[in-house]
Amino acid sequence: MHRVVITGQGTINALGADVAQTLDAFKAGRCGISELEIRDVDRLAIKIGGQVKNYDPNAEFNRQQIALYDRYTQFSLIAGREAISQSGLTFSGELAAQAGVVLGTAGGGMNTQDENYRAVYEDGKNRVHPFVVPKLMNNAAASHLSMDYNLKGPSFTVATACASSNHAMGLAFQFIRSGMTKAMVTGGSESMLCFGGVKAWEGLRVMSKDACRPFSANRNGMVQGEGAAIFVFEEYEHARARGATILAEVVGFAMASDAADIVMPSKQGAARTITAALKDARLAPSDVGYINAHGTGTAANDKTECAAVADVFGAHADKLMMSSTKSMHGHVIGGTGAVELLACIMALREGVVAPTINYDEPDPECALDVVPNTARDAKVDVALSNAFAFGGMNAVLALRKAS
Amino acid sequence: MAKSVKDQVIAIIAEQAVLEVEDVKMDASLNDLGIDSLGLVESIFAIEEAFDISVPFNANDPKASDFDISSVASVVGAVEGLVADQKA
Repeated sequence: MHRVVITGQGTINALGADVAQTLDAFKAGRCGISELEIRDVDRLAIKIGGQVKNYDPNAEFNRQQIALYDRYTQFSLIAGREAISQSGLTFSGELAAQAGVVLGTAGGGMNTQDENYRAVYEDGKNRVHPFVVPKLMNNAAASHLSMDYNLKGPSFTVATACASSNHAMGLAFQFIRSGMTKAMVTGGSESMLCFGGVKAWEGLRVMSKDACRPFSANRNGMVQGEGAAIFVFEEYEHARARGATILAEVVGFAMASDAADIVMPSKQGAARTITAALKDARLAPSDVGYINAHGTGTAANDKTECAAVADVFGAHADKLMMSSTKSMHGHVIGGTGAVELLACIMALREGVVAPTINYDEPDPECALDVVPNTARDAKVDVALSNAFAFGGMNAVLALRKAS
Repeated sequence: MAKSVKDQVIAIIAEQAVLEVEDVKMDASLNDLGIDSLGLVESIFAIEEAFDISVPFNANDPKASDFDISSVASVVGAVEGLVADQKA
């Protein structure tokens, strides 16, 4: 069994164009959710989202690249560049032969699908751009990262709805832990803030029209976000030998399925997954200082998740902190676990726990320390990141402070 | 003559509950009829499509919505109100 550490992190999301801006927003409890600026927004009932604003693809990519890069791929490449640059790794020889890219995304090139369906159905066009298929495919982002950085090992995309990036990062962790490879690029990306993407979510009647307020008694649903976060996972001795900065250690991972309902979460399923992640990491419940919650701000999730945490942690549930950063960046769907891992690393590395903002009223069914509204200084040695997806697919990661 | 709002709403609920129309009693709750949260959201969608109305309903807190779903009768009453508002 090899130890696995994180040596690079990168992001772009509604809170910032890089990790530094995002962490500043976490510390300030700043909200990145705002009025959506998308075509046909007047025909939507839900008009807010954690949209990446002030973003100009032409400043990042050339015309030929944009013809091939859906917005979710663009986000992946921007976040990937920051992460790989920070890691200091260059991939060649044996390292390149083993290292791959495992990303999570639920919708893939949703903007490309939306634009081209509109072209043929609404505008009546009989011809679309030749690159629609390579642009919209769910593995496009992973492929472009592999091509840009010479990553020749196992690369693929995981789609488990809102748990996609936790599943992806968990697999990357297992690859390194098993000795298959010394390094992996992993994380997730999502961009479905387009007319069709938001319209589909409206149908479920679980979206809030005004704000994401996880765990607050007056919550009224989720708010969709977009963005990406990408990490470099590396085998511990390999990282140490080259003097790399270790951001945190990944110590455990578990995945499990509710096998129950296509949308309603299960307390038992969530609790089984958290318990298994602790066992995989050889941790006692009392070791955990912080949990980045799935915390969608829906009644169904928040009550179930709090009950599961209370079950697993017993009396320690009242001592640990659990916040939902979705209150700030929105629900980044297939990329959300990756963006949220940034908050886990911040807690371990800097001793600052990101808050749950928009917290107005206590809910007796969510009676945990949700770090309401204001970031908190606290020494955290172990953090968990929860993801409980539609379809009952759960994935929990356990991280430890670098030592 | 066109079917009444009541008859149409009952038909939608009956279809969702996989029941005969005559088995949908006005005082029954949707839960009594075996309609779960997904079935409820689907029923509301069918009602919106049938009457071309917009039903104010948030699955996170059905009780807080203006649209009363506590029984078949309350749903019929709420839809009648929305249809009347639309004509006004």
